[in-house]
Amino acid sequence: MPELYIDGQRISVAAGTSVAAALALAGDGCSRSALNGTRRAPLCGMGVCQECRVSIDGQRRLACQTPCRDGMRVETRR
Amino acid sequence: MKRAYDLAIIGAGPAGISAALAAAASGARIALLDDNPVAGGQIWRDGPQVRLPALARRLRAELAAQANVDCFAATRVVALAGPRGLLLEDEQRGWRLDYARLILCTGARELLLPFPGWTLPGVSGAGGLQALLHGGLPVHGERVVIAGSGPLLLACAASARRHGARVQRIAEQAAWSTLARFAAGLPRWPGKLWQSLRLLDPAYRGASHVIAALGRERLEGVRLRQGGQIVELECERLACGFGLVANTEIAQALGCALRDDAIAVNDWQATACDGIYAAGECTGCGGSELALLEGSIAGYAAVDEHARAQALWPQRQRWQRFAEALRTSFALDPALRHLAAADTLVCRCEDVPYAALAGHAGWHAAKLASRCGMGACQGRVCGAAARTLFGWSRPAPRPPFTPARIATLLELDDEQEPPCAP
Ligand SMILES: Cc1cc2nc3c(=O)[nH]c(=O)nc-3n(C[C@H](O)[C@H](O)[C@H](O)COP(=O)(O)OP(=O)(O)OC[C@H]3O[C@@H](n4cnc5c(N)ncnc54)[C@H](O)[C@@H]3O)c2cc1C
Ligand code: FES
Repeated sequence: MPELYIDGQRISVAAGTSVAAALALAGDGCSRSALNGTRRAPLCGMGVCQECRVSIDGQRRLACQTPCRDGMRVETRR
Repeated sequence: MKRAYDLAIIGAGPAGISAALAAAASGARIALLDDNPVAGGQIWRDGPQVRLPALARRLRAELAAQANVDCFAATRVVALAGPRGLLLEDEQRGWRLDYARLILCTGARELLLPFPGWTLPGVSGAGGLQALLHGGLPVHGERVVIAGSGPLLLACAASARRHGARVQRIAEQAAWSTLARFAAGLPRWPGKLWQSLRLLDPAYRGASHVIAALGRERLEGVRLRQGGQIVELECERLACGFGLVANTEIAQALGCALRDDAIAVNDWQATACDGIYAAGECTGCGGSELALLEGSIAGYAAVDEHARAQALWPQRQRWQRFAEALRTSFALDPALRHLAAADTLVCRCEDVPYAALAGHAGWHAAKLASRCGMGACQGRVCGAAARTLFGWSRPAPRPPFTPARIATLLELDDEQEPPCAP
């Protein structure tokens, strides 16, 4: 069971869970704020739309194509 | 870092995997590249509660047993690097791969069309929801509406139910009469009979499409047109996809010709460019069975085993007829071009509304005037949508094909010609 941090909140998830799913398990599922300030959540689920981009351990990554790993620090984009 | 291979295959879905297996017996040094964490493509995705079908497990095991096939997962092709080279990026680094021959198995993405409210959290693609469910997205007890077009809607409904969601409606835009004809023809293809039975799902409606996603901060309901009626349903999720769009960006950058918005290939799955082949949904959408066959043919052809490739032509032809039935049955109703309102965002990356695009002569003019397609997805979503909405030609890809780290781009040293093709 990997344990990770999403916007500072600790959560443990089943092995194989994607970061996109973890966003919803930990909170409202949103990944970023749009230019106009509204919140956005993963759309395509397959690495195309980039709506799920978050910062993971300081690097910009796609939540839908990234499996959760122990100790990961995920920050959604405000 | 730089490596050289006899054969590079981009995409490890059904097509890419079967291409690698077909080519492997020749002893050629093969690289199989995919941006997902494991091989399997759109249809075979791992996840916390997923048990893959026997075929997928067998193919993966066979792949792992090939000493001359190097599988690079979580590795994205971000640009071309010289005449026979690719620039790649994985979690740690950017690197270059040179190839003698190349097979494009880049698959397809969903066609996502804008409608009022589609940017609300809770709205996703239909295949998109399915993919997210595989990754463990929790939907237990949620009310889900599925809308759009094509067999993926039914697959999505089945997954959503398996994960404990309550599927309120499956709204298919195609007319009942067309659907009935399609269903009546399904038993001609092995394994497809059950699909025709799924059309009897009590939540399924033909001649129906989404009008708007409703809600303030997140999705609270959906407004649908069902035949002649307007209905509103409360729900926590809307999964909406209008069919598939072939991923042709790399092929276009290489200079390969397209046909009907997919990569054009001949009987050997060869593209118009010497030594470059293509297979699977990037050459036109026809399901995993066709992708597997095309992959094998491309794999054999790429290592000059022409007799073995040719032996598969009759089987391929059979599944091509299925692809044709799919294409005609789920052709989009022109009414879907008018779902967006003036203030509906078409480009979700740069927040460009419909009104800023309508009236332009084409994609290029619209892009210059509005920044449409200049954001992170590089027009993959809005460019395909604009093609459907306005009939504009699909945007020509600009490298890098996806956002990449500066350090990766620096791998292209300056003696090299720039990664952009003519
Ligand atoms: C979201 C979605 C869900 C689907 N779900 C189903 C389903 O449940 N059942 C079903 O029968 N069919 C499903 N389909 C249809 C499915 O595409 C085909 O049945 C089958 O997977 C096609 O095989 P393929 O090998 O041609 O392409 P794909 O399976 O799409 O494989 C292509 C692979 O190439 C990778 N790729 C593309 N570009 C790059 C790049 N630049 N760098 C690195 N890798 C790259 C992709 O990530 C992908 O893994 C789905 C399609 C989509 C878009
Ligand atoms: S949800 Fe579209 S890229 Fe991740």
